[in-house]
Amino acid sequence: MIRLILSRIGQGVITLFVLITLTFFLVRAMPGSPYAEEKAIPEHALKRMKEYTGLDQPIPVQYFRYLKNLIVHQDLGDLIKKDGVKVSEVISQSFPVSLSLGLLSISIALMIGIPAGVIAAVKKNTCIDYLCLTCAMIGICLPSFVIGPLLAVAVGLSLKSINVAGWSSPSDWILPAFTLGLINAAYLARLARGGMLDVLSQDYIRTAKAKGAPSTRIVIRHALRGGLIPAVAFIGPAFAGMISGSFVIETIFQVPGMGQHFVNAATDREFFLIQGLVLFYGFLIVGANLLADLAQIALNPRLRKA
Amino acid sequence: MISRVTVRSSFVTLLSIFWVLLTSCQRETQVDRATREGILLLGNSSEPKGLDPHIVSGVLESNILRALFEGLITSDPERDTATPGGAAMEVTPDATATVWIAKLRPNGRWSDGVPVTAQDFAFSYERLLTPDLGAKYAEMLYFLKGAEDFNKGKTNDFSTVGVEVIDNLTLKLTLRGPTPYFREILKHYTWTAVPRHIVLKHGTIAQRGNPWTRPENIVVNGPYKLKSWRLTDHIEVERNPYYWNASNVVLNGIRFLPIGNLYTESRMFRDGQLHMTYGCTPEIVDLMKKENPKELRQELYVGTSFFRCNTTRKPLEDVRVRKALSAVIDRKAICESIFRGYTPAYAMTPPMGDYQPPHPTEISIEKAQSLLAEAGFPGGKGFPRLKILIASRETAATQAQALQAMWRDQLGIEVEIENKEWNAYITAMQELDYDIASAGWVGDYLDPLTFLEMWTPGNGNNLTGWDSPAYVKLLKRSFQEADPSNRFDLLRRAEAIFVDETPVLLVGWQARNYLVHPSVEGWNPLLLANNPYQFIRLVPGR
Repeated sequence: MIRLILSRIGQGVITLFVLITLTFFLVRAMPGSPYAEEKAIPEHALKRMKEYTGLDQPIPVQYFRYLKNLIVHQDLGDLIKKDGVKVSEVISQSFPVSLSLGLLSISIALMIGIPAGVIAAVKKNTCIDYLCLTCAMIGICLPSFVIGPLLAVAVGLSLKSINVAGWSSPSDWILPAFTLGLINAAYLARLARGGMLDVLSQDYIRTAKAKGAPSTRIVIRHALRGGLIPAVAFIGPAFAGMISGSFVIETIFQVPGMGQHFVNAATDREFFLIQGLVLFYGFLIVGANLLADLAQIALNPRLRKA
Repeated sequence: MISRVTVRSSFVTLLSIFWVLLTSCQRETQVDRATREGILLLGNSSEPKGLDPHIVSGVLESNILRALFEGLITSDPERDTATPGGAAMEVTPDATATVWIAKLRPNGRWSDGVPVTAQDFAFSYERLLTPDLGAKYAEMLYFLKGAEDFNKGKTNDFSTVGVEVIDNLTLKLTLRGPTPYFREILKHYTWTAVPRHIVLKHGTIAQRGNPWTRPENIVVNGPYKLKSWRLTDHIEVERNPYYWNASNVVLNGIRFLPIGNLYTESRMFRDGQLHMTYGCTPEIVDLMKKENPKELRQELYVGTSFFRCNTTRKPLEDVRVRKALSAVIDRKAICESIFRGYTPAYAMTPPMGDYQPPHPTEISIEKAQSLLAEAGFPGGKGFPRLKILIASRETAATQAQALQAMWRDQLGIEVEIENKEWNAYITAMQELDYDIASAGWVGDYLDPLTFLEMWTPGNGNNLTGWDSPAYVKLLKRSFQEADPSNRFDLLRRAEAIFVDETPVLLVGWQARNYLVHPSVEGWNPLLLANNPYQFIRLVPGR
């Protein structure tokens, strides 16, 4: 077990290193420049600005300087276009917002998705199953930029106590959390249904039935553990995705989270911010995958020997 | 044991209580509360790039800087004129409008109580012009004698620049030539002062990334000071008790919200979360006209929408081709259907004050077709497939499609639309790697020069490859002309050359469509939309 964890951590470190190296060179290979502005910046000003950010140096020099800063000083660098703002500041201000939104969304996704999937599997080929499947299909197909504004107009504009957008009171969390949660609930429902159907047709379930165990007990005690494995495998990365923010949700609901920085940093060519965010996101994914692995081992005894 | 029915019924009861709670409590909206507290809630497009007036260059930043910093002159809240008022009691020219004396207010204070002095202004101008700072808007100060040479490093001696401190409260500015409209220029935020004692406390005069504008350090001289700043969430300013006119400041504070999505912004406005939006999409304009025309504002703005032509490429190097392309554009249709409220543009400079741009005679469609034939493309035959470069913005795409159809129908030529994301679009334009590109320009100050100087060769905004010695000569002559009407005459003649040679295909003079809550009083239509905030009143109960 410990060996497994250690090897996963080792793999994670290598992944992150490869990730940051690739990102570093890819962002610099993009056409355009962080200093591209409608009105071209005068040559002498541009030279001075590049000296300040170190972008006047050859790319390999920039790379080793970046790695040195990262490893020795734990410094992710400064923003290029916003004088004096640190990448770490952007992440530390926006991540807590995305984290709380992500946690709420994942709870909503779990509370809706898992029961829906399990019920659909147990009531296979009945109206309830079809209803759950249809809803899940709609949830998967409808993008968040459709559900979001619809919810904002339908709920936000009609209820005084819920704002259509913003992030100033806890009631502002409801709409974005639901929008983000519903989409993931749909995926979870389908995965949970598939996993449960698989397990429910296994011999040990038939044995339990033959021994006269009540059906709720069979589902909860025997089937759920194995049936949820696909859903759990999905939750890990999905969770990392949710807590690192969503550009669309944040734009629709004016949430000061991390997702918008991913997109804006790329369009603005904020090199250090892109690198910082990718590294941070990679760290979350690696961590979440490790947790998901551990959860799967807890659920599936066969994996413990592997 | 609790029965299923009990569980179910209690669940239903809980849900209904929750619903009743949600719907019944008619709590006041954010706008109602802010109105009561005297705080203006303002949509401001996106996160500012900073608060240092010497570093930033955008409109949304200027909206915030206007609350925090005050230059020698501020805008009049009601008219587009530069009336005295601001950090200086008066700014007076000599007979040639070349030497200007600014008398500062004796009661001017920074927000930490330190007096605002002429030395602060001189220091600020030196800072902005110091090449090492790399200020991209330094050319706004090129009106000062010797400023350009100093900024470009031709001399290290700031005493060669026309800035002189006479005493603590008197500043003498010597300009490169007669500038009767200098008061207009002074309204721009590059001419505001930064606190010398604070800038030097946190770094050196020309240090990039000097942390003096960080929330914990910033000191200002405007009617408001920074209260809180949360990235991509808000910037809030509150009254500056040391402001010289603090007792006459009406509004208690302003909250700037960086709302990037215009649809989200309109929804927030309609939900009572904003006093004023930054903009408004054409669909919302239509909706508001029907539902609530009182809250919709459509006002003239000093901006022009146009398409740049790459005059270094065939066949656009031929003025006849450019004229033909320009002549068949149905500007009225584009202005009305796509932009809602723009005015068809026949010149680069929108009419402003006493300046009326030249109005050339229109070229008929038949004439346009014969011009194209003369250039070697009768009926559009043999015309290369040009590309219209646009940045991924919806109005730009619709506009380009309109041009595509108009040129196909009237001239028989086919063009393609090339959509690039913003940064790649800018880069392509700056490298002259395009045929025709959609563009726009908003004036920095109320004078035709802000629209005409950009077309001189080497200007960062030209980007067309167009170079006309006659045009440059007229502009240079205007720099030496003290008489305003003679000066306008020279500029009009220069502009006539520009319009005649058509390096850009003019489309429309811009308008601002935005929404204003009825409680806002005293927000007057100004051409530069540079309304001073301190005179705005919020009236509850509307």
